[in-house]
Amino acid sequence: MSTLLEVSGVSVSFDGFKAINNLSFQIAERELRAVIGPNGAGKTTFMDIITGKTRPDEGRVTYGERALSLLSMSESRIAQAGIGRKFQRPTVFEDQSVADNLMMALKKDRGPFAVLFFKPSAADRTRVEELAAEIGLSGALHRKAGELSHGQKQWLEIGMLLAQEPRLLLVDEPAAGMTPAEREHTTDLLREAAKTRAVVVVEHDMEFVRRLDCKVTVLHEGSVLAEGSIDHVTQNEKVIEVYLGR
Amino acid sequence: MADTTLATPVRRPFALRYPSVMIFLAVLALFTLGVTVLSEGFGIGVISTSFVKTLGKTLCLCLVALAMDLVWGYCGILSLGHMAFFGIGGYAIGMWLMYARTEMIVVESLAAADLPPTAQEISDGIATQIFGVVGASEFPPIWAFAHSLPLQLAAVVLVPGLLALVFGWLAFRSRVTGVYLSILTQAMTLALSLYLFQNDSGLRGNNGLSGLQNLPGLDDTPQAIVSVWFLWASAFALGAGYLLCAWLVSGKFGSVIRAIRDDEARVRFLGYPVEGFKLVVFTLTAVIAGIAGALYYPQAGIINPAEIAPIASIYLAVWVAIGGRGRLYGAVIGAAFVSLLSTWFTGGQAPDIVIGSLRIQWVDWWTVLLGLSFVAVTLFAPKGIGGLVDLLADRRSPNRHGAALGPEPGALREKEADQ
Repeated sequence: MSTLLEVSGVSVSFDGFKAINNLSFQIAERELRAVIGPNGAGKTTFMDIITGKTRPDEGRVTYGERALSLLSMSESRIAQAGIGRKFQRPTVFEDQSVADNLMMALKKDRGPFAVLFFKPSAADRTRVEELAAEIGLSGALHRKAGELSHGQKQWLEIGMLLAQEPRLLLVDEPAAGMTPAEREHTTDLLREAAKTRAVVVVEHDMEFVRRLDCKVTVLHEGSVLAEGSIDHVTQNEKVIEVYLGR
Repeated sequence: MADTTLATPVRRPFALRYPSVMIFLAVLALFTLGVTVLSEGFGIGVISTSFVKTLGKTLCLCLVALAMDLVWGYCGILSLGHMAFFGIGGYAIGMWLMYARTEMIVVESLAAADLPPTAQEISDGIATQIFGVVGASEFPPIWAFAHSLPLQLAAVVLVPGLLALVFGWLAFRSRVTGVYLSILTQAMTLALSLYLFQNDSGLRGNNGLSGLQNLPGLDDTPQAIVSVWFLWASAFALGAGYLLCAWLVSGKFGSVIRAIRDDEARVRFLGYPVEGFKLVVFTLTAVIAGIAGALYYPQAGIINPAEIAPIASIYLAVWVAIGGRGRLYGAVIGAAFVSLLSTWFTGGQAPDIVIGSLRIQWVDWWTVLLGLSFVAVTLFAPKGIGGLVDLLADRRSPNRHGAALGPEPGALREKEADQ
């Protein structure tokens, strides 16, 4: 499989604190990957760098066949290039309906004037309904997103990401605050998504990662500590020491 | 339509989907008709010409409040500079009005001379008339197009638009947001006003432009008639502006700018160029403000730099907040209500209140009352006067937020029943 995203030798520090230290990471197309690590390991900063929110002090981040450098692109350009991100805290537009949220996320021309003259076609509406069905919100299309439960908001956000049709999906703690049944559904959603695109899941919960059944990257103090199957990394002594042992 | 399925109903016409727009336009038309019938110029003369002008000016203030609501209430940019764009529009049209009328007077007075006046003499005559008050007798470069109505009309739109475009581009590109952006817009307004106060700004310093109520070539038309013309023009502009704003906020564009207001960073990660959207909204609203100003000042008769002072833009924000931001009619109600009330209080019509030795004269105390109401609205009724509409609508048919209308599993959902 060809490499979709390559992060090499990236470092970033905030006020002298090295959040990311010479980190290298690769993910192929249609790969599911879990990234774990204790608090402060740099998981969120790692996502911030890929999505353009944080500029690294050194290193390279390249994406796609043409090895596009993401470091000179704005957040919106990176998103348009096909990298979608789900935040830890569900961030949906609470003041607007589920349908509006999904419609906004649909992959379309994002320029102000294209948006101004945009008219949703029958196909667009059908797509929104399909997405709503996929995330279990068919009955709530016209409800305001703010009225949804926490778990439903998480799904809506995942639905919005799928609507963007990204090639690379970055998901930050998707199962946080979910009931066991909701977790199950989320696992299915993510594994289904990974059949057509690359998915990186940042997660705290070892059980959840085990259910994802994929390659795992363990971060510690801003760099990669171990990489491999879940059984492989959980038997790694360094990993046990810094993470699992506590 | 054949290609739509049951689940995707045919889109109803704009008017039906947004009844508030039609109600607004109907009310505006009735109001305009009513004032016309009651005016001195065209009707039975119950309403004085000066009050017709006050009403016409109020319509212009409603229009600029709409612009403010779009940029602040919908897009979340608290601009404290939109009255500067309003003022620029006023100056642009004022220059032509003043030039063209002075030209007629000068030509008339020179016509009595033995030799026909040269173009240079006429030009000098106009310049002396206009700039004598600031001790100059030559046209500053800024007046280069003042002889031409089309060019000055273009300036009404282009100068506020370009200023907003450049200012917005610099500010949004640097990701200046929130209160810092407000301060920056305020600084721009203050700088502009201070510049215009100088005599060598070329716009007659603190004297400003005057006599704008006299339309060149229409000396024989009484103000009673002209005032109603301007009322019509203002009402038309307000109606058109309302339709434009309603269209803008109704579709996906409205969705995106409200999303920017609520969570700018998230919109960026959806792939939308947030800065571009802000710039479009900021520039467009500046142009609307410029047009409103160009209609306002001929009715006011005079414009001077004090009109551009920062406080004017703060008042604008207060109107929109009191009326209810994030809904278009809220802005209009707020601007009309507060500015008319302000006219009443500051016009000396409100009776003084005497409490012991304290005598409350409203001319001075009105600002205090306004300030207190602003604080009260912000704290206790953030939806403003427009929120009352929600109360009424909720009482008539409670908002079920799209939920089922009845207890049976097969009951229509609210949205389905609407269609």
